[in-house]
Amino acid sequence: MVDLPASVARRDQRFGSRLIGLSRLSAGQQENFYGYLFLLPWFVGMVAITIGPILASLALAFTDYSIMAAPRWVGLANFVTMFTGDARYFSAVRTTLAYVGMSVPLVLIWGLALALLLNQGLKFLPVFRAIFYIPSLLGSSVAVAILWFYMFGKDGLINLALRPLGIQGPSYIGNPSYALYTLIVLNLWAFGSGMIIFLAGLRQIPTELYEAAQLDGAGAWAKFWRVTLPLLTPVLFFNAVLGLVGGLQAFTSAYVVSNGTGGPADATLLYQVYLYQRGFVNLNMGYACAMAWVLLTVVAVCTGFLFWSARFWVFYGEDR
Amino acid sequence: MSVAIRRTARYEMRRFLAYLGVGGLAFVMLYPLLWMLSASLTPGGLIGSAGLVPPRGVTLENYQEGWQGIGGVGFGRFFVNSLIVSGAAVVGNIVSCSLAAYAFARIDFKWRRLWFALALGSILLPAQVLIIPQYILFRSFGWINTYFPLIVPKFLAHDAFFVFLMVQFIRGIPRELDQAARIDGCGHFGIYARIILPLTMPALATTAAFTFITTWNDFFGPLIYLTRPTLFTVPIALRGFIDATTASSLGPLFAMSVLSLLPVLGFFLAFQRLLTQGIVSTGFR
Repeated sequence: MVDLPASVARRDQRFGSRLIGLSRLSAGQQENFYGYLFLLPWFVGMVAITIGPILASLALAFTDYSIMAAPRWVGLANFVTMFTGDARYFSAVRTTLAYVGMSVPLVLIWGLALALLLNQGLKFLPVFRAIFYIPSLLGSSVAVAILWFYMFGKDGLINLALRPLGIQGPSYIGNPSYALYTLIVLNLWAFGSGMIIFLAGLRQIPTELYEAAQLDGAGAWAKFWRVTLPLLTPVLFFNAVLGLVGGLQAFTSAYVVSNGTGGPADATLLYQVYLYQRGFVNLNMGYACAMAWVLLTVVAVCTGFLFWSARFWVFYGEDR
Repeated sequence: MSVAIRRTARYEMRRFLAYLGVGGLAFVMLYPLLWMLSASLTPGGLIGSAGLVPPRGVTLENYQEGWQGIGGVGFGRFFVNSLIVSGAAVVGNIVSCSLAAYAFARIDFKWRRLWFALALGSILLPAQVLIIPQYILFRSFGWINTYFPLIVPKFLAHDAFFVFLMVQFIRGIPRELDQAARIDGCGHFGIYARIILPLTMPALATTAAFTFITTWNDFFGPLIYLTRPTLFTVPIALRGFIDATTASSLGPLFAMSVLSLLPVLGFFLAFQRLLTQGIVSTGFR
């Protein structure tokens, strides 16, 4: 037992902790008590709405559950159906892979390019930065999904702009070969937050490195490949993880432009849209949980792979 | 001499091209939003061209008509609903995340590292895994068609990245201040309320702005938990508005869409500096 200083004892009195006998606790026990007291809301949340649901979701994945009747254990049936008997599940996986596979690298390249362009000491930088950043705050809103629907429709902004050139385009959003690209364009439009992270990363690169490279006769191209890019790899890594996790969970824009169907011809049936349909429209909640667990596994493997691969391409400083 | 002049001319040229490129791109990025604004001011809502000038003059009819809402519920109601949910979410996140962050940053309790690692890990957890069991849980509480499922998680520090943001910030505050307060008789609650909270204002404001914007835009939560039109938030109401919209009545839909974006833009303008710093430290989008 450590004797408490008078000031600590006074503090206990002030907060009435004497009522629960706190002043008889050691300093270490007091730290434990206050630590868990401050963390109480987080703990309740962790147990009740995070860990509990994860476990419940795992259990439900092996059941047939419609919320109207009690869950019925079906073993691996949900997973078997998913991988062998559900053509739409495959559409959803294909669509999501195409969406993530194209939009994540494109957003990375685009964000980096714009950050480099803005980092040349331009005047009005805050203004440009704000304009490029605003879309990323609006990108997940229903209003912008509505705008996209009418931009890429048959008589939308894009076709209206092409008309004077004598081109009559189709309805991009209503065409299975183009619909997913309109969502990728939307993701590209909302690239701003990645760009801001790149900009901050660029600022951290010491100018001496560029001066040294200059002395060694490096041109702009060599400076980019040998100084800028290696030093930006941690930021690149960070943005890649965020893009991947965010892309796999995209929902609102696909839902709104397809009116909840994931159409035309499942072209915008992102994983999350299909999961919503199975879980909340068809009330196949067990099946939807099984889908969620497959996704969780994929996300864990992908981010795990990214973290593992980081040691080969992410540069954290000289001492590594 | 002439080499130097040629070099500056080349430099000026590059500069000019950079401005042209950046300016042009900025214009292209904003164009769709401006087009929507302009369409919302056009009678009928269709400009019929890619231009920005309404061909038949400007009108506020679309706004008046859209404000009538859907199913007999006015849009004013939807805005109030969204404000209630977003406002409560902001309060919840600030209180619960700052309490947790203070514990992680300043209190030396058992298994702190373990819990902090768990909190960090939960940031990357795909929300899909939680959706259905949470829905079942909240439904069993009778919380369908209430705002509790949208608000209560915020009071339980469910958005762990804000905890992370605040922990980073609190670690930058000198511990001498805590010690001085301790000598003056403050306990942990005193230090939290009188020292840490006031000095963490930038992180709190960042949290408030991001929470407001994401809650305001949130579509999935209200979609599964709210079915009664009088309770709809703005995104769900807009979605319902589409069904009631025909090609000839695009104007009101565009008008309400524009209005729905204004609070987000307002928060952005008010908190611009903090938001751009905030995403740098949390990667939040």
